[in-house]
Amino acid sequence: MITTGFRQLFDRFNHGLWPCAIIIGHTLLGTFLVYSTPRSSLAFLALVSSFFSLYYFKADTRFKIVAGVLLALVVIPVVGVRNIFYLEVIFQICVFAALALGLNIVVGFAGLLDLGYVAFYAVGAYLWAFFGSQQFYVLHFAPGTQPSNLPFLLPGDAFYLFMFLAIIVAAITGVFLGLPVLRLRGDYLAIVTLGFGEVIRVLANNLDKPLNFTNGPQGITPIQRPTMPEPLVDSFNNVFGSLIGHQASIADMYNVMFYFLALAMIIVIIFVTRRIDDSKIGRAWTAVREDETAAIAMGIPLVRMKLAAFAMGASFAGVMGVLLAASRTFISPESFSFMQSIGVLTMVILGGSGSIPGAILGAATVTLLNLQILQGFSLYLSELRQSDAVIPLINFAWRDLSTQLDPAKYQRLLFGLILILMMIFRPGGLIPAKRRKRRLAGEEAVTEQ
Amino acid sequence: MALLETINVMKVFGGLTAINKVNFQLEPGRIVSIIGPNGAGKTTFFNTLTGIYSPDGGEINFNGRSLVGLRPDQIAARGISRTFQNIRLFGEMSVVENILVGMHVHLRQSPLATLLHLRKFKAEEAEAENKAVKLMQYVGLRGVGNELAKNLPYGAQRRLEIARALAADPLLLLLDEPAAGMNPQETEDVTRLFRSIRDDRGITILLIEHDMRVVMNISEHICVMDYGEKIAEGTPAEIRSNPRVIEAYLGRGAVAGQHEEKLI
Repeated sequence: MITTGFRQLFDRFNHGLWPCAIIIGHTLLGTFLVYSTPRSSLAFLALVSSFFSLYYFKADTRFKIVAGVLLALVVIPVVGVRNIFYLEVIFQICVFAALALGLNIVVGFAGLLDLGYVAFYAVGAYLWAFFGSQQFYVLHFAPGTQPSNLPFLLPGDAFYLFMFLAIIVAAITGVFLGLPVLRLRGDYLAIVTLGFGEVIRVLANNLDKPLNFTNGPQGITPIQRPTMPEPLVDSFNNVFGSLIGHQASIADMYNVMFYFLALAMIIVIIFVTRRIDDSKIGRAWTAVREDETAAIAMGIPLVRMKLAAFAMGASFAGVMGVLLAASRTFISPESFSFMQSIGVLTMVILGGSGSIPGAILGAATVTLLNLQILQGFSLYLSELRQSDAVIPLINFAWRDLSTQLDPAKYQRLLFGLILILMMIFRPGGLIPAKRRKRRLAGEEAVTEQ
Repeated sequence: MALLETINVMKVFGGLTAINKVNFQLEPGRIVSIIGPNGAGKTTFFNTLTGIYSPDGGEINFNGRSLVGLRPDQIAARGISRTFQNIRLFGEMSVVENILVGMHVHLRQSPLATLLHLRKFKAEEAEAENKAVKLMQYVGLRGVGNELAKNLPYGAQRRLEIARALAADPLLLLLDEPAAGMNPQETEDVTRLFRSIRDDRGITILLIEHDMRVVMNISEHICVMDYGEKIAEGTPAEIRSNPRVIEAYLGRGAVAGQHEEKLI
């Protein structure tokens, strides 16, 4: 009932000039809200959600592109520099969206349940962490005993080279993982990939001896950032300085730059994924997912196709790993726990397994839930706890509430709940994957309901 | 020369000999049926031919080359296509996409051409799509190109499976109970389709079938299996009157009674 009512309302406004008006209105409203109340989570949600009205409403493609570019390249950076936390959230959404898109190839397209996906992310991150830091010079020192004032191994600009290297290295890692597990299906594959993910994390934790490659649990820091061109900071300040209200510092600009890099990677990833998905490789992946036996009987080389899926998914995670290492300037094994793998998987399933917009929506939803909504609740609860307020009716003082009841601690419960509810009510995900409708010459027009 | 030849092929599962020293020859351009009671090893024989099982002994030669030790996809690329007893379509893919998957081995599509949508990629995709639509219509499916395969009615799914197998341009088509679950009209239609596949496209057909009307109507040669062994071979008329066949189907007592019309 509610959904059909909503559908009708949606359809009524989804033609003519309405969509353009709604998209502009939504974006302006979001921007205005964030501008006037920079600390409100709700305002931020209003702004971020304008991407989805941009996606959902039918409008001229050129209009959508212009609106999307303005939103992503002007509004977000300006608003983000005003409140750098937002830019951080957006950056995380972008990173996780890229990871979800990569995992979507393995899980959604090829149907190979990979529970250790974050391992490839770690491979990329440690690749740059090792070569882009002083780690090379402390190979013979135990963690914590290294001398200070060591030089960096490589200049910051090598970062860009390593983004490409990470693609290759992570893809090779993906093939190495793929080779032994190719014969396994379903649950067995999931367990082995889970084990692989843990192996990489444990390696990162323990490869501080005999030679100190990873600096163990302490992690590697500092890691180089690519050099920031001075003119870029100046021109950004000249153009947007008045809008932002203060001069953007170099640190701010690094945030903007990493956001742009992540955005660029997402665009490349979407482009590559769509092209591959709509070719014989993509069809072969889906065929393998649907029925392995029939696929192989149609001449599809199972081993090569599964390896290709693993390698491609892994390479996306690898390049995001390099980005993460550089943007954080710090990497430790903790960032690559099993929970991260599950988190990315949750994004894929929540958004819709096999669906590209779904993976992005899933990543945005889960990240916002983690960083904004749960944190917001936690903050609110702790404020209540410090006040004298009582829960009405049962006359229970907020102050006496156990600290265990901190919403931020219920991340796992929430992931589990999301997955269960999705499986029951919307197994296809928020934006279910759709097959492309082809214009078939010599076919009667296919009637749509 | 025979298109397909098996010499003493064996397949053993634990203590059960599913196929026991089957010698079989298939001349090109013929329609041949394999019949036999349930559990006779017919589908196992198909699975051994297509590489899903590797034989535990013997030789399989196809088009003058051995198939033993090849993977199923390599065998498919050599020119053997098949359908399955329980329909195995790619349910979440559209009808046209199912057929396009069948063309996998013939599509070149380098990664670079795919990413950049070079002209040769687009031309090849368009040509493949056209061919897929023609194949759809050839097997009698119309106006359902964009439907998901799982949404088709049963008879249409069987036809789609045949179209997908034909998409690979095979030399040999293996059909595993293609008329199972069809009504008499549908059965007649697909029988006509099989004959036209052989006559128009020159594809050799080997089929497993329980429906004796189909078998006797279409086959030029019949091979009978029981307990993993080939017990008889010959023309439909010869098979009809073969006592070992009647015994396998109706039991030992039936031979004396000559209830052969029940078989037909």
